[in-house]
Amino acid sequence: MSAEPSGTLLVDYDEATRRYDPVIGIEVHVELGTATKMFDGAPQEFGGEPNSATTPVSLGLPGSLPVVNEKAVESAILIGLALNCEIAELCRFARKNYFYPDVPKNYQISQYDEPIAHDGWLDVELEDGTVVRVEIERAHMEEDAGKNTHVGGATGRIHGAEYSLVDYNRAGVPLVEIVTRPITGVGDRAPEVARAYVQTLRDLFRALGVSEARMERGNVRADVNVSLRPTPDSPLGTRTETKNVNSFRSVERAVRYEVSRQAAVLDAGASVVQETRHWHEDTGVTTAGRVKSDAEDYRYFPEPDLVPLVPSRDWVEALRARLPEMPAARRRRLQDEWGYADAEMRDVVNAGAVELIEATVAAGASPAAARKWWMGELARTANADGVALEELTVTPGQIAELQGLVDSGRLNDKLARQVLAGVLAGEGSPEQVVAARGLEVVSDDGALIAAVDDALAAQPDAAEKIRGGNLGPVGAIIGAVMKATRGQADAARVRELVLERIKA
Amino acid sequence: MSDLTRLSAAALADRLSAGEASSVEATRAHLDRIAAVDGAVHAFLHVSADDALATAADVDARRAAGEQLHPLAGVPIAVKDVVVTKGLPTTAGSRILEGWVPPYDATLVERIKAAGLPILGKTNMDEFAMGSSTEHSAFGDTHNPWDLDRIPGGSGGGSAAAVAAYEAPLAIGTDTGGSIRQPAAVTGTVGTKPTYGGVSRYGLIAMASSLDQAGPVTRTVLDAALLHALIGGHDPRDSTSLPDPLPDVVGAARLGASGDLTGVRLGVVRELGGDGYQPGVRARFEESLEVLQAAGAEVVEVSCPNFQYALAAYYLIMPSEASSNLAKFDGMRFGLRVEPADGPVTAERVMAATRGRGFGDEVKRRVILGTYALSAGYYDAYYGSAQKVRTLVQRDFAAAFEQADVLVSPTAPTTAFRLGEKLDDPMAMYLNDVATIPANLAGVPGISVPNGLDGGLPTGFQVLAPAKADDRLYRVGAALEALLEARWGGPLLASAPELEETR
Repeated sequence: MSAEPSGTLLVDYDEATRRYDPVIGIEVHVELGTATKMFDGAPQEFGGEPNSATTPVSLGLPGSLPVVNEKAVESAILIGLALNCEIAELCRFARKNYFYPDVPKNYQISQYDEPIAHDGWLDVELEDGTVVRVEIERAHMEEDAGKNTHVGGATGRIHGAEYSLVDYNRAGVPLVEIVTRPITGVGDRAPEVARAYVQTLRDLFRALGVSEARMERGNVRADVNVSLRPTPDSPLGTRTETKNVNSFRSVERAVRYEVSRQAAVLDAGASVVQETRHWHEDTGVTTAGRVKSDAEDYRYFPEPDLVPLVPSRDWVEALRARLPEMPAARRRRLQDEWGYADAEMRDVVNAGAVELIEATVAAGASPAAARKWWMGELARTANADGVALEELTVTPGQIAELQGLVDSGRLNDKLARQVLAGVLAGEGSPEQVVAARGLEVVSDDGALIAAVDDALAAQPDAAEKIRGGNLGPVGAIIGAVMKATRGQADAARVRELVLERIKA
Repeated sequence: MSDLTRLSAAALADRLSAGEASSVEATRAHLDRIAAVDGAVHAFLHVSADDALATAADVDARRAAGEQLHPLAGVPIAVKDVVVTKGLPTTAGSRILEGWVPPYDATLVERIKAAGLPILGKTNMDEFAMGSSTEHSAFGDTHNPWDLDRIPGGSGGGSAAAVAAYEAPLAIGTDTGGSIRQPAAVTGTVGTKPTYGGVSRYGLIAMASSLDQAGPVTRTVLDAALLHALIGGHDPRDSTSLPDPLPDVVGAARLGASGDLTGVRLGVVRELGGDGYQPGVRARFEESLEVLQAAGAEVVEVSCPNFQYALAAYYLIMPSEASSNLAKFDGMRFGLRVEPADGPVTAERVMAATRGRGFGDEVKRRVILGTYALSAGYYDAYYGSAQKVRTLVQRDFAAAFEQADVLVSPTAPTTAFRLGEKLDDPMAMYLNDVATIPANLAGVPGISVPNGLDGGLPTGFQVLAPAKADDRLYRVGAALEALLEARWGGPLLASAPELEETR
């Protein structure tokens, strides 16, 4: 164990990438959303009573044996196919042996030299539209560990804790681990590529329906490998592996941090230590963990309690035929259908608004109107409240309804925003808010004519000018009418009436 | 002594179904016998008298009500302590599991319970089934009923001794390298290791997953077949369980009892005999061959050249798997938990202290051996090479079964040795299994049938059959049993000295 000196030296990121070529590699673990665990019938549920979702198998009791969850294998094959991998004709499970209390058997059933999927690729689109092809080395199946909670002590970490509790509810939850080949040639965009890769995978998992893929629940976890080399022609440098980086933003930050840190180490003439490192979300730094050179020996060997897995080609082809449209292709199709410019579409994607807009359009709004609402008023609201768009308490259906009221002339833009505020405040549907707040556009000409006459009488100079053919002051009259009707008049109709009444 | 304990399971079952005896009477008779002789034999680690009597009473009531029952319903049984039994302590002969009461039943125990067999208790064994003498039990030696100063074989010495001493008509054993067959041979009883995958391993505390197999321990070949048929067959909870239906082992045993083996080819394995085998063991084997030949069997000699490497391969594969299977015994979730005498109480140190105190020497030896064999840099040379030998042994079997319907050999190279005699010489101990290990490496079934005495101690005759052809074991085994008993004028066990009943 080497503790990181508190005053870790960092080289400015841009400076670091001018002197060194970063190479990254990413291992992503995704928890599959199967009803039961990887190797037994225990239910998979989030947030249950500790150790309630267990059986003799997931507790690793003496005598218990694993049985492979076919649904999990199906999900793994779907992921493999979506990543353009070859699906093994025969693959095996292997035991990874290590002692740790959250691993009930003191070995994890995983796959070693015979993974279910291998040799694929995934195209990843960066924010500016650049596409980077990430090569996939393998995707394999394994079981998750339980969860340790360290009680007592100030930090919640194991050091200084009085005792620790283990919850095996997560033990045995099916995981697929996806391992990239070294990602080279992306230069200073490595952090951005890392983030976009994980984000693209997340979208893919959701599209495939294999996982809820909620980062905040740890459904998707990334280990980030970073190394530096003097030039793109040099051999790969020594890498570090930063474990459990669990948000998109953190993936990007962790790569940046490691590039800066390793550059400082190399600049000082020292060598990067091959080790695992811990990511600290709060401070945005990594610290040294296990040194990998006294190589953890997992004593892998084929799991003798399981027989080799032989996915039939018919099954694989049936799954291939079932693959849904991939997120990137879908985005291209939607952009075409909606007629958005590249930059507009990118903003929509980056804002996480694709599904919301799609649903809003499906509910009857025009693509332009849907984008206007979600990228405008709603984006501002979400931003002000510090929440994601999908967390706002308004549905795409309500937005479509609101737009319908505008299109039919019953609301103007200003009123529509007030109605939206009512919806967001939980006052009901747009129709209900309109009714409750009395916000409809005044379409009774009688009332409007009276208001126009009042306004013209109040501003005789303006009336005179308009009568003389100078239409400049019309706006002032309309403004007065709008004020008198508390904004509930249709401005276009008011204008028509002003011109009519002048002639009268 | 009640004569109910002297009956075979089949004969006792007949009495029960004919209403000539009740299961409660039969169970009580066996519990009495245990109380009378087990002080000297020490076959049992735990006797479950109340549960057994309750099951017996239930079976009697159901029988009285006219319910259709399993043929063995009401016949008591003993279960090796490596098999988990809900609510009954299960230690696998180890301190590390002392006091552990499993919350679930092994599949074979579920089947036994569903069929209404009262479980008398749990039998002694070498710790985690590692040994050939039961001397590696953490809870004391089991004594051979033929000579209380001698070993009952192992690891299933408790089950074999219980059956040989009439403490139970039936018992469950497990066989990783001979732990059912070698104890059967040295106690004059019958033991079958079924085809790998033929009996569910769910609920067997694993030593070596790719080798372990549970099977029957009985006094007659027919009883073994009846018990085999009860516990065998597919189990979805064991991925290595065979999907095939079990062959008709009971029919084969009844057919074999006619004593006619016309047209059956017996392959004598050249490599399983000769110098390392006690002369009397060899003599009994030759005599048995003659008897079988006289019954119409054809004897051919076959060679399995790679069997000479089987023991070495076994002692790499078995400890490798065991080192991993036994990792779960760490004081964190169940069983013994030892905190370090001084210094910080961390999980790692509790694990080390628990394993240090909880495991015996033989277990530690194998865990260390296996850990080493699986280590990076050694894996290919040790585990990898051993797996290749395993393939060669399988090929030898395949070639031999082209020439013969079954293969035959002495079960063990010697008769029962004295307690303590080989305890300090692991190699000598391991050599006891030289004739039984090849079957485990290849997954083929084997049976041991008593075939005589040498110096007043029983010898065993081993029959091996191709995978999934367990019925052949019973046909040949039952024939040999019938022919020899005709010569002897009764079962071999009848010539065993009577145990002193102390109560």
